[in-house]
Amino acid sequence: MFEAILLTVITASTPLVIAALGELVTERSGVLNLGVEGMMIMGAVCAFATTQMTGSPYIGLLAGIAGGAAFSLLFGFLTLTLVANQVATGLALTILGLGLSGQLGEMFVGKPGIKLQPIVIPLLSDIPFFGRVLFAQDLTFYLSVALVIGINWFLFKSRTGLKMRAIGDNHGSAHALGINVIRTRYLAVMFGGACAGLAGAQLSLVYTPQWVENMSAGRGWIALALVVFASWRPWRVLAGGYLFGAVTIGQLHAQAFGIGVPSQLLSALPYAATIVVLIIISHNRRTTLINTPASLGKPFVPDR
Amino acid sequence: MTLSEGPVAAPLLSVRGLTKLFGSFAACNAIDLDIAPGEIHALLGENGAGKSTLVKMLFGVLQPSAGQIVWQGQPVTIGSPGEARNLGVGMVFQHFSLFEALTVAENIALSLDPRISLSKISDEAATLSKAYGLPLDPKAHVADLSVGERQRIEIVRALLQNPKLIILDEPTSVLTPQEADRLFETLFKLKAEGRSVLYISHRLEEVRRICDRATVLRHGKVTGACDPKQETPASLARMMVGSDVAEVLRDGGAALGDIRIEVNNLSVTARTPFAVALKNVSMKVRAGEVLAIAGVAGNGQGELFDALSGEYPVAEDEAIRIRGKAVGRTGINGRRLLGAGFVPEERHGHAAVSAMALSDNLLLARSQSDKKAFLAGGAFSVIRFDAIRSATKRICEAMDVRKSGEDPQAGSLSGGNLQKFIVGRELDRQPSVLIVNQPTWGVDAGAASRIRQALIDLARSGSAVVVISQDLDEIFEVATNIAVISEGRLSEPHPAETLTLERIGLLMGGIHESQSIAENASGAEAAHAH
Repeated sequence: MFEAILLTVITASTPLVIAALGELVTERSGVLNLGVEGMMIMGAVCAFATTQMTGSPYIGLLAGIAGGAAFSLLFGFLTLTLVANQVATGLALTILGLGLSGQLGEMFVGKPGIKLQPIVIPLLSDIPFFGRVLFAQDLTFYLSVALVIGINWFLFKSRTGLKMRAIGDNHGSAHALGINVIRTRYLAVMFGGACAGLAGAQLSLVYTPQWVENMSAGRGWIALALVVFASWRPWRVLAGGYLFGAVTIGQLHAQAFGIGVPSQLLSALPYAATIVVLIIISHNRRTTLINTPASLGKPFVPDR
Repeated sequence: MTLSEGPVAAPLLSVRGLTKLFGSFAACNAIDLDIAPGEIHALLGENGAGKSTLVKMLFGVLQPSAGQIVWQGQPVTIGSPGEARNLGVGMVFQHFSLFEALTVAENIALSLDPRISLSKISDEAATLSKAYGLPLDPKAHVADLSVGERQRIEIVRALLQNPKLIILDEPTSVLTPQEADRLFETLFKLKAEGRSVLYISHRLEEVRRICDRATVLRHGKVTGACDPKQETPASLARMMVGSDVAEVLRDGGAALGDIRIEVNNLSVTARTPFAVALKNVSMKVRAGEVLAIAGVAGNGQGELFDALSGEYPVAEDEAIRIRGKAVGRTGINGRRLLGAGFVPEERHGHAAVSAMALSDNLLLARSQSDKKAFLAGGAFSVIRFDAIRSATKRICEAMDVRKSGEDPQAGSLSGGNLQKFIVGRELDRQPSVLIVNQPTWGVDAGAASRIRQALIDLARSGSAVVVISQDLDEIFEVATNIAVISEGRLSEPHPAETLTLERIGLLMGGIHESQSIAENASGAEAAHAH
């Protein structure tokens, strides 16, 4: 019973973690992309459609990643090349994504999906209790953990990651140092899009292997909140993602047991938690200065 | 070293006909410049003279529209700061290009070869900073450092690349006189090693003290090249502004009148971890008096101004009296109605809204204190545009504000012209008390002299004036009495004629540092004499 709950928590948390990690990288470069929800749903529909056509969920997964990245490129072009307002463009991206995916996925509604099968790792999966939970998962779970480790290393140990953090802190100075601000941001936006696409693919290939319109159901927004909740730190995204995932699942089980907590209250919990975290971190100016990308959301125009 | 022979010896860098156009406006117009190896070369000019544009082109941040840059005899194109660094040009910016969220070592690493490991950079930075007398902790976050320490990072960063030419943009504007002496020692060390320094400043005394040659820019053109040691500050200023800077006139010893503003044992706790607490501040300023408050940035000037202006009212109503009335808990407009005027430090975003027209900025400041003149219709507060426009015009004429249109956006004015407008906006009311924070910060010599004259004239007409400033030349020019603020404490006022620059410098550094300062001063003299 407990193992079953834990498995559903992992499945519910994985898309949140992956999408939030992508957005974390985007925001560390100083770009605020509010279109996570839109990129996620595009990933979901691309993954589902491709899987239907090829029969392979792995090709579907790649298609989801490509779909999210391609969709984010539109955001990148508008905000980085044409210097449009990032908040408005991000919101538009979400609205466009929800509409477009509904259109694209119309013919797939109600069709049975092909589920991404778990990869059972020999030996490790034989460890009692934890083995089944941690080492008999599908590829997206392993990827989510690898992404946490990889992004943490990239941001805080690699020189390219240092450059990216520098751009996010002060793009004018970074430009003056000869760092290519726009190119780095394009790459960061596309990485964010690819992660959102992967998270979407997880929804339509693992979580609920079918296509339903608006199936991302606000998870993109939770991912956005998660980035702030984690104060732009990858390991905290992992922890926060599981906390939010557990709340989602806990809410379902609470209903099943007839515990009288209004579901609306529980679904609001991630956002309430984020507000509390925001209050706490903004209280300490020093930690805010050191963690928050100072040029977040500010347009960059090189004076040439 | 063959410094005095000038550009005849093969120059390290020479610039021919360098031009930068922004639209049809020439920020730099056919500039010629030669820098010899091992010289400290000054670049002088008013704000907007094209100094920054010129050095940005030399450092590859901007691309020239025309002209040639010759480096060690070879014509070069400097496409990016990276290319400039590869040639051997290092730059210390006026506004530090540092990343607050990163550590000292990470900041330095960003401008170096990515193959060098972070720990090696930390070690080298520590070694270099010791060798040049610039103590630094490589692991500290920049957000926690003082302005002086931040500048050291910039200098060490430039030095790590072993440059042949180092460009310094207004380096002493943030330093105490003693810190500046320390910097000059470092510069002399660099010069002794055969490196060249391009030194941008508008502090003429400094340029005369440390620079071997000077190139003067005005309106984007070279107006003179000279040996600054052979010139007087007045003759240098003349080259910068084109005409003689009006000397500030004052007739000493005017009788002082009644007390206009009085502060009694004012103590204010720090609002943020970065703020300075005010401790037992007391002062009295009489009609006809200019009290100048000297001090290095970040010693409580901003907090004192906030308390005096009422931007942050204080707990004790009696602690501040304006014209005899207790106003500690009164806000800005209440104090304005008593006849006080205030000019805060930051022009953009504090004294003026950059994106709004001058007339709107006038109304924003004076809508309460001059309600009758600018607003009609009683409770409806209908704006009387004609009255505001004519007042704006009057202020611009009185203060000689040069602007592009009839009523342009505040942000489109140059710093000096906007500052003249902001000061003029208060003077136009004939305030009986005026409190000004850093009145000529980053303002060109012409505008600065205009503003200082206006402050003296206001005091002479019978008002009390408080000037908070870091610029000691300015303080001596305007002050009747001088007090020094250090770590939130205000010293006793001293009559201006009884003080010297050295004595104020010591007071500014705080008493506990006095010993090391004395050592530094003698060291700087030794370096200077070599």
